[in-house]
Amino acid sequence: MTAAHPSPAGNAGHNVATAQLATGSSGSDCVVKVGGDWRLSTSVPTWKELFGQHTATDVRVVSDGLGKWDSSLLLFLLHGRAWCVESKHDFVTEALPENLQNLLRKVVESGTPKPKAIPTATGLSERAQTLAMHFSNVTKENISFVGECALGFVSVLKHPRNFRWMDCLVEMQQCWVSSLPIVSLVSFLVGVILAFQAAIQLRPYGAAVFVADLVGLSVVREMGPMMAAVIMAGGIGAAFAAQLGNMKVDEEIDALETLGISTVDFLALPRLLAVTLMMPILALYANVLGILGGMFVSATMLNIPAAAYWVETQNRVGLSDVTSGLIKSVFFGLAIGLAGCLRGMKCKRSAAGVGQATNSAVVTGILLIVIADAVFALIFNVLGI
Amino acid sequence: MNPNPSAPVIEVKNLTCGYGETVVLQDVSFVVHPREVLLVIGGSGCGKSTLLRCLIGLLKPFQGDVAHFGRSFTAADATQRREILKTFGVLYQNNALWSSMTLAENVSLPLEEHTSLSRADREEIVTLKLNEVGLSGSEKLYPSELSGGMKKRAALARALALDPEIVFFDEPSEGLDPITSREMDRLILQVRDILGTTMVIVSHQLSSIFRLADRVIMLDPKTKGIIAEGKPKELAANSKDPRVRDFLNQDTDSAKPTSRTPEVATEVHSP
Repeated sequence: MTAAHPSPAGNAGHNVATAQLATGSSGSDCVVKVGGDWRLSTSVPTWKELFGQHTATDVRVVSDGLGKWDSSLLLFLLHGRAWCVESKHDFVTEALPENLQNLLRKVVESGTPKPKAIPTATGLSERAQTLAMHFSNVTKENISFVGECALGFVSVLKHPRNFRWMDCLVEMQQCWVSSLPIVSLVSFLVGVILAFQAAIQLRPYGAAVFVADLVGLSVVREMGPMMAAVIMAGGIGAAFAAQLGNMKVDEEIDALETLGISTVDFLALPRLLAVTLMMPILALYANVLGILGGMFVSATMLNIPAAAYWVETQNRVGLSDVTSGLIKSVFFGLAIGLAGCLRGMKCKRSAAGVGQATNSAVVTGILLIVIADAVFALIFNVLGI
Repeated sequence: MNPNPSAPVIEVKNLTCGYGETVVLQDVSFVVHPREVLLVIGGSGCGKSTLLRCLIGLLKPFQGDVAHFGRSFTAADATQRREILKTFGVLYQNNALWSSMTLAENVSLPLEEHTSLSRADREEIVTLKLNEVGLSGSEKLYPSELSGGMKKRAALARALALDPEIVFFDEPSEGLDPITSREMDRLILQVRDILGTTMVIVSHQLSSIFRLADRVIMLDPKTKGIIAEGKPKELAANSKDPRVRDFLNQDTDSAKPTSRTPEVATEVHSP
């Protein structure tokens, strides 16, 4: 009904909406003449403009060449009516078109519905309570998910034949294919950047050859595994969350549950295992590319031949350095997989929920990586590795 | 209601359920008889789908009990639960076909998980099931390659894979055109007649209600429970409750503007 109504007078074309104020025949009332096309998309007169400081009187609204009209006119009349009702005067619309009158009557009868207030926690203590409850629920969910995964791993070790190896292989392939180019580029550049920075500091002392030591150690122990993990968190972690979240929205996860299939075994474990196995391999690859980056800078800028650079790297970077990085990366992979699968499976049933899950998977993944890295730094320090 | 000598397939006793702190259904009790087509009807938001989620064990009720064949579903441990889950199939509103698998794999997965059939036997059963729902030859297709009606039928084939005693349907004709919807209804009845499967269907489509139902139970959001139970035609004609008559006689309802908020009003005030 809010659409345009053909005027009874057949007044076609675009006329400017008008509202004129005139004194009525009896002198004590006002007559408002509305005319033209009333459109929400154009500017129309408002009741306030029209009456301004005018003292309250009875009002009669009549049509004066009224063309097409929509909700804008209705709004104008409702404001007028409210104005009259407030000062206990009459508001007469009998001279207006029939359908407009009907519409107005319906709106007035149903009253002005106010949006229902949603009960929300208002007090500080109440809010803190809700927040604490929410936090404890989420923590409980997370812990039980990690526990289920651990149990799942145990049962995979017991009955390896029941595990969905095909799914796992497909996911491993996905990890590899989707992150290899970007890992290559980023690792190489990290090597280049580190070499540049080291060269600036070391060159004045004639110690440029130690660039190899610095790049080698920092790439192998920290930057290689870390960069590979961050890229995987952004790529694979997000992909897991989005896939599983979408499955949740489409009830695919419900369908598994009503078949008595454990969603953790079926969906989470293959992905978790895939990313945990692939992570050290990618980290190793990132290490190689990082060292190559350093070598490239040394050979082109510092006049250190690649062979000399390689010998220096070999002398300084031991197997324990490489292994410590790879051990870390296994846990990085686990963290990425857990964050991705958990967020995906706890996703809300909406498109926005999938977005949140993906976002949260990446953030949680990177957070866990950094925390794990700090913990390992501490452990390796204590062990003296 | 025809009294049935055999024991009820599903027994729901004093069920109260909902989400978080919102109670959607309060103190609901009813039974489902063997071989019957029971429709759960009611307007949007009356708790039909919530009831279904309770019946298939996806939602834990606050109170009360759901028993399948005399075995309590609510109190079941993991092994018992798995046993009960094997006895029914579910057709979800969005079909919930696993999108990363072909149709054959979709139908075959329940068999893989719950039986020790050989691969060849499984494949044969898949062909049989797809044939049953009129989808023979579509084994290698992915769900995204199917039309809406085909997806529904594929989901039915999957629900029937383990030859369940009960099949639950969530809005089986949702999003289907009238002809496809009628075909779907015919298929449901055909399966019931051939396999003797009990059907519990959540629906709000009038045509389906009258075509399918042996018996309906109607839910209402205000009472949070069942307001009517019986044969749809009898309810439509004789129910004393105006809400029931209104729902079941939608095409003859027109002279009752008071029961609804005028659409115009809401539209005008919404901005």
